[in-house]
Amino acid sequence: MLRLEKRPQPSKLWTALTPLLAVLATMVAGGLLFALLGKNPVEAIRVIFFDPLFNEQVASYARPQLLVKAGPLILIAIGLSFGFRAGIWNIGAEGQYIMGAICGAAVGLAFYPSENPLIFPLMVMAGALGGWIWAMIPAILKITFRTNEILVSLLLVYVAEQLLASVSLGLLRNPEGGGFPGSRNLASWDASSNPELIAGTGMHWGVVAAFISVIFAYVMLSRHIFGVQLQLAGQAPRAARFAGVRPEMMVFICFTASGVLAGLAGLFEVTGPAGQISIDFNVGYGFTAIIVAFLGRLHPIGILLAGLLMALTYIGGELAQFMLGLPAAAIQAFQGMLLFFLLAFDMLSNYRFRLSAREAA
Amino acid sequence: MSVELLLTALMIASTPILLAAIGELVVEKSGVLNLGVEGMMITGAICGFAVAVETGSPALGFIGAALGGAAMSMIFGVLTQFLLSNQVATGLALTLFGLGFSALIGQGYVGQVPPSTPKLDLGPLSDIPFLGPVLLSHDLVVYLGLALVAGVWAWLRYSRGGMILRAVGENHDAAHALGYKVIRIRLAAIAFGGACAGLGGAYLSLVRVPQWTEGMTAGAGWIALALVVFASWKPWRVLIGAWLFGGITVLQLNLQAAGVKVPVELLSMSPYLITILVLVIISSDRRRANLNAPAALGRIFHAAS
Repeated sequence: MLRLEKRPQPSKLWTALTPLLAVLATMVAGGLLFALLGKNPVEAIRVIFFDPLFNEQVASYARPQLLVKAGPLILIAIGLSFGFRAGIWNIGAEGQYIMGAICGAAVGLAFYPSENPLIFPLMVMAGALGGWIWAMIPAILKITFRTNEILVSLLLVYVAEQLLASVSLGLLRNPEGGGFPGSRNLASWDASSNPELIAGTGMHWGVVAAFISVIFAYVMLSRHIFGVQLQLAGQAPRAARFAGVRPEMMVFICFTASGVLAGLAGLFEVTGPAGQISIDFNVGYGFTAIIVAFLGRLHPIGILLAGLLMALTYIGGELAQFMLGLPAAAIQAFQGMLLFFLLAFDMLSNYRFRLSAREAA
Repeated sequence: MSVELLLTALMIASTPILLAAIGELVVEKSGVLNLGVEGMMITGAICGFAVAVETGSPALGFIGAALGGAAMSMIFGVLTQFLLSNQVATGLALTLFGLGFSALIGQGYVGQVPPSTPKLDLGPLSDIPFLGPVLLSHDLVVYLGLALVAGVWAWLRYSRGGMILRAVGENHDAAHALGYKVIRIRLAAIAFGGACAGLGGAYLSLVRVPQWTEGMTAGAGWIALALVVFASWKPWRVLIGAWLFGGITVLQLNLQAAGVKVPVELLSMSPYLITILVLVIISSDRRRANLNAPAALGRIFHAAS
């Protein structure tokens, strides 16, 4: 009879294969879902996964968007992956992303209309600080009171959204905006704008930061003792303590990494692609980044690829919206499904099937 | 604002999270941490709404919501119990998927008005001053919520089934060794939790709001999760917590309506802030916080033989 046996170590082969399997399975299941919605499944999958890259008519718009959308996803997911490795669950990156954007924008707007070149670097620092402070709330509560960081970080997203509504209607509202909610356009003010660095690629400072974070994370995880400590804290907390890993320090470092990177992502987004602080400027990158982190196996290179793939589904989803009339929500369900399949197939890397004769009782 | 109206509104406002939280309490008592409450709630909200609008019957709507929530929870059940996936990650996936999936089904239902849910009519009893409007003139779901609290409490405490469920939640290996079907029991608990979350969601879309909008649960599922921690896994404390939270929600809404000189956003964020505050207070007392937590909570069960 078939028996499930835990592997002594996760299989390297299956760990690398499962994301691919999950993507394939999601395409099939997503196709079924689209068929139920009355769309041609093959065409829908083609529009989502291939047209943004290979269809001549839309590629000139879609290709640069790939980096624009992947940038924040990768940046946030890299930060989250540290904590997820150690069993520290910051799921409120969306809130830290919003706070980074608000703080950065506020600092920049305080100097309006100066054209001092130091304004943008200052805004970047303020953005990182904003995300960090927001992440420190659940971290410090966990360290001092052992409060569940999952719930606190998530609940703070709703608080951040209220703050965002408040500042875009009040404190940061464009005084020349005719009373409409939303701040001045940061992208069109030279001192604060985060422009496309190489025309036609979608490359902006946020994407640069994302690439740097990937390299940095790779070095930290594979060449530094910190990577080992993280792994240890996640898989054997008691052993980690004997090895001199302080759990409080781990919580602090992981939340710092994710808060700072999410804050940066928010700042780069608000000064570039989004352009201004507005009530609905956040589009859920903080949550999608959770999927990116898992899909990338919590590994920096994996996250890089997963971020690009997720960005592709965003662009493809938009494309499918106006080409096939596929509802916007379909793509969100699609992304959720991807995570399900990934988690399901993960069993193959941690367990193996063994044929065994039924033992006599 | 009279106390009478305030308390009446409190009973309504606390029902969705009460239902979701009592369901999650049973799930956690069985040793499973399902973070997908928000996803199951919003699925229940749209399933209930759709069924009620199509059939014109709120009762069928609530049944549909319970089934929808339970079906959703079974995705989590299969993944965590058979495929042994990480419960935190799977719960998150359930929430992300539920939000997208519900928005997808709900497209045609935006702006529609659901059939109104009838209120209990006890004749002269409902006319008793104060007690009548506050306690005796709600719809049946409010009483269902209260009955579930009492039922779950009694079942966990006095019945054999409840004892087995708690045993599974405390030590699944020992329970397995005694011959209890750990996975089957947990699946049943997860389905119950899903159904309760679905009912809670439908109460939002059919009675409380009543309308369908994307993402309308707005964190209610997460607050329900926090409530279970707040209650130290005790059913009656879930009720107290739900009332406390319902009271804050009603109070802040009334303050907004009254135009008090406090920023609207500050009032809107107060339920979340107070939930965090309560969590901190509960968790700061180490002994009390861990006293009732099921020992096997969130741990993966894989029978060695």
